[in-house]
Amino acid sequence: MHEVSRALALALGLIGRGDQEFLSIVRLSLGVSLTATLAALVIGAPLGVALAISRFRGRAGLILTSNALLGLPPVVVGLCVYLALSRSGPLGKFGLLFTPAAMVVAQLILLTPIVIALTHRMAAGLWGEYGGALMVDGASGPRSIAIILAIGRATMLTVFLAAFGRAISEVGAIIVVGGNIRGYTRTMTTAIALETSKGELALALALGMVLIALSFAVNAVAFLLARAWRK
Amino acid sequence: MSAMRYVATLALALACAISWSGFGSASAQERFITLASTTSTEESGLFGHLIPIFRAGTGIDVHVVAVGTGQALAIGARGDADALLVHDRKGEDKFIADRNGIDRRDVMYNDFVLVGPKSDPASVKGLRDVQEAFARIAHASASFASRGDDSGTNRMELRIWSLLDLEPRGASWYRELGSGMGATLNTAVEMNAYVLTDRASWAHFQNRGDLAILVEGDKRLLNPYGSILVNPAKWPNVKAEPARIWHEWLTSADGQAAITSYRVNGEQLFFVGKPGDSTPSQ
Repeated sequence: MHEVSRALALALGLIGRGDQEFLSIVRLSLGVSLTATLAALVIGAPLGVALAISRFRGRAGLILTSNALLGLPPVVVGLCVYLALSRSGPLGKFGLLFTPAAMVVAQLILLTPIVIALTHRMAAGLWGEYGGALMVDGASGPRSIAIILAIGRATMLTVFLAAFGRAISEVGAIIVVGGNIRGYTRTMTTAIALETSKGELALALALGMVLIALSFAVNAVAFLLARAWRK
Repeated sequence: MSAMRYVATLALALACAISWSGFGSASAQERFITLASTTSTEESGLFGHLIPIFRAGTGIDVHVVAVGTGQALAIGARGDADALLVHDRKGEDKFIADRNGIDRRDVMYNDFVLVGPKSDPASVKGLRDVQEAFARIAHASASFASRGDDSGTNRMELRIWSLLDLEPRGASWYRELGSGMGATLNTAVEMNAYVLTDRASWAHFQNRGDLAILVEGDKRLLNPYGSILVNPAKWPNVKAEPARIWHEWLTSADGQAAITSYRVNGEQLFFVGKPGDSTPSQ
C-alpha cells in the first residue's frame, strides 16, 4: 500500500508541476494513438460497411481474416514493421525506423482489423433494417456506406474508443519500432516499462495512474458526444 | 443539445491539436544520430548526464535505443543505428571483422558484481574469486537469475559457467529470464536469487529487497565498453559525419571527463583509462 500512496503523490506532483518531460511523453502518447486511430477509422470504417452491404467472391474470407486479426500480437506487428523500415529493408531509405511515424504505422496495422470487424458487425445489422429502403432509393455504393455510417455514428464512437483503447495501452509494437528514445519516441507505456525495469515501481505506477486518467477523459468526451447525438 | 455537442466537438478538436503539436516539438532537433546501446548504460542514468553536455557543445542530439548488447550489435548489423556503445569484446571484434563497423575504441569500464540474498545459502559472501562463487551456487543448487537475453552481462555470466565446465541451463535452480537488467533484478528480488549485474545498474536500482553485493573485485569481472561506428561503406544512409563527431567526443579529454564526473549518490560508476589503474570496486 505504501507503494500506491507514493505513486499517487508522484502522479499528482507530475501533473501539478507541469513537468516538461512528462508532458511531452503524454503529448506523444496521445498524438501517436489518436493519429493511428483516426487513420484506421478512415481506412477501416468504409471497408467494414462495404463488407456488410456488398456480395462478392472472397467476402467471407475477408470477414474471417479481419476477425482473426483482432488477435494480432503487437510484438509480431512491431517486428514486421521493423524489418520493413530497417535500413536493410525495402523502405529503409526513408529513415522512418525509431521515429514517431514508425509507431503510427505499427499501430495502424494493429487497429485497422479492429475497426473493420466491429464496423462490419454494426453495418450488417443496420443494412438488414435500412438496406431495402436504400436499394429502392437507388443509392450508390459509396452513398450507402456514408448513410450507414451516419446512422450508426453512436456505435462508431464505440468503435473509435475500442481502437483508441488498444492504441494508447499498447507497448509491444511501439517499443520495437520506436526504440523508447528519451524525449523522442518515449510514450506513457514504454516509460512505464522502463521505470519498472529500473525498479522505480512507484514512478511506474504513477505513470500508469495518469494513463488511466487520460483514458477516462477521452471516454468522457466520447460519452458526451454520444449523448448529444442521441438527442 | 447543440451546446453539449459543440463542447464535446471542441474538446476533441482541442485534444487533437494539443497532441499533434507534440509531434513538432518532439522532433525539433533536426540533427541527431541513433545510438544503439545497452540497458545497463541507459538505466544507470549515464546518457541523461552525457548527452546534454554533448548536445550543448555540438548541436547534435543523440537518440539512444537501449537494448541488450546482442541486440544492439544486431541493430548495427542491419544499419539501423549510426554508432554503438556496447560491452562484449568478442562480439565487438566479430562485428568489426564482419565489416559491419569500423574504428572500435575503448571508452570506459566498470565492473560486474555478484548480488544475492543476505542469508547467502551458498556461502559466497566475501569471496574474491567469482568462479569459486559460481561453483558454490551450483553445488548448493541456490536460485540463480540469469538475464538469458544474449546481453553483454549474460555473455559474461555464461563465460564464467563455461570456464567451470558447468552447464546450468535446464537445472531447476537456474532461471533464464530473457529480460533486461532491471527486470532481471526485480525478479531476482522476488525469488531471493543470486544474480550477476553491472555495478552501475545496481547502484541505480531502487527495489533491492533483501539482496546485497556479495562478491566483487575479481579482475575477470571488469566490464569494458567500446564505441563503434556503423560502417558507412556498407550502409550509405548512416549519418557518418555526426556519428564520428560523437565517437571522437566520447574518446576525447572532454568526453572522458564527462564520463568520470557522473555520480550516483556520490559513487563514481564509470571509469576511463586502462582497467586496473583504478579499481572500480574500491
